[in-house]
Amino acid sequence: MSLLPFILILFLGAFAAGFIGSLSGLGGGIIIIPLLSVFLGVDMHYAIGTALVAVIATSSGSASAYVREGITNMRLGMFLEIATTIGAVVGALLSTNAPTSLLAIIFGATLIFSSLNSIRKKEDHLILPEQGSILAKKLKLAGHYPTASGEKTHYSMTNILGGFSMMGVAGMMSGLLGIGSGAFKVIAMDTIMKVPFKVSTTTSNFMMGVTAIASSVIYIQKGYIEPTLCMPVIIGVLLGSMVGAKILMKANTKKLKLFFAVLIFIIALNMIYNGITGKI
Amino acid sequence: MSTTKFTDNQLQSIIGNVLRYGVLSALTVTLLGGIILLAKDAEQVVSFSTFVEKDQNLFVVFNTIFQGVKDWNGASIIFLGILLLFLTPVLRLLLSLISFILEKDSLYVVITLIVIAVIILSVSFGFSH
Repeated sequence: MSLLPFILILFLGAFAAGFIGSLSGLGGGIIIIPLLSVFLGVDMHYAIGTALVAVIATSSGSASAYVREGITNMRLGMFLEIATTIGAVVGALLSTNAPTSLLAIIFGATLIFSSLNSIRKKEDHLILPEQGSILAKKLKLAGHYPTASGEKTHYSMTNILGGFSMMGVAGMMSGLLGIGSGAFKVIAMDTIMKVPFKVSTTTSNFMMGVTAIASSVIYIQKGYIEPTLCMPVIIGVLLGSMVGAKILMKANTKKLKLFFAVLIFIIALNMIYNGITGKI
Repeated sequence: MSTTKFTDNQLQSIIGNVLRYGVLSALTVTLLGGIILLAKDAEQVVSFSTFVEKDQNLFVVFNTIFQGVKDWNGASIIFLGILLLFLTPVLRLLLSLISFILEKDSLYVVITLIVIAVIILSVSFGFSH
């Protein structure tokens, strides 16, 4: 295919990925990879590098607003970044040595897990500052966030070490597959550490950039980052997620989420099938 | 106590702006590179079906990019935009470090330094492994 139509297709695909990503709560990277590898025949390694660049763009873009509103817990983010960056380096090193078919199978399994997680009913927690664990106090992780009425909700958290280990896994998947691995981070912060939703989603978004840097340094040196692929993808994903965020305010997200979860489940099965038969 | 609060809020707005303008400038440079690339090579046939593994030191990569930018090479300018994008979270890390130093929060100065060390180490891990 010649360059112009290739870039146009990629741009439209990335726009759709950003759009679906912001509506479904799944990261755009997760849709970029099958788009590139299954539909456009791009090698998994390039797909992974491109997805990671898209992840950095979207996470920095949306994190800026949350940080200024004071919702993000920057101490929590910084502490957990120790785990995610180490995980990301390990993952990126594994990725450079793994055959593409194995990467496709692991990616498919992660996709299934993420799509199921996106439709699961989640429970919001509030641990009051005095109920937080000893380690949470020592690490000064308790914080507060503004509510709609302008008041402050104070919170703390528990099971720091459990969450920290799960974050290491999230970082590893991120380095291995070039994704933001939001689903793993949700488990670490919401389910294990019992951080309130508002804080966990914004902090997880805030952390993605730094986590991605740890693996992208390796990706750059190995040649995963292909400018021709990245250019339309960054622009498309950013625009798509902006439009998606606007629609999110009005749309009935429950049905949309279910629809996309089913769609992604099918894509995942396709990736696993292609991986097993050696087509990827 | 009141000074700590002040730096915290100020830092939030500085970090928020760094993230925003970082992404915006990266986007602008990437778009410019894309236009130059298309103006020159729109008809060229492309394929990325086979991965060519490289094993280049980060500094060699930087050097090649800057040489290409001087020659108005579209792909190199896109890569420069991507580097700007990568620089945004790095700047964010350094700003957090400065704020923790100002707040005399030695525990978090150490935590931030560990994260920076992991990233610096990954530069050497990525090469010839």
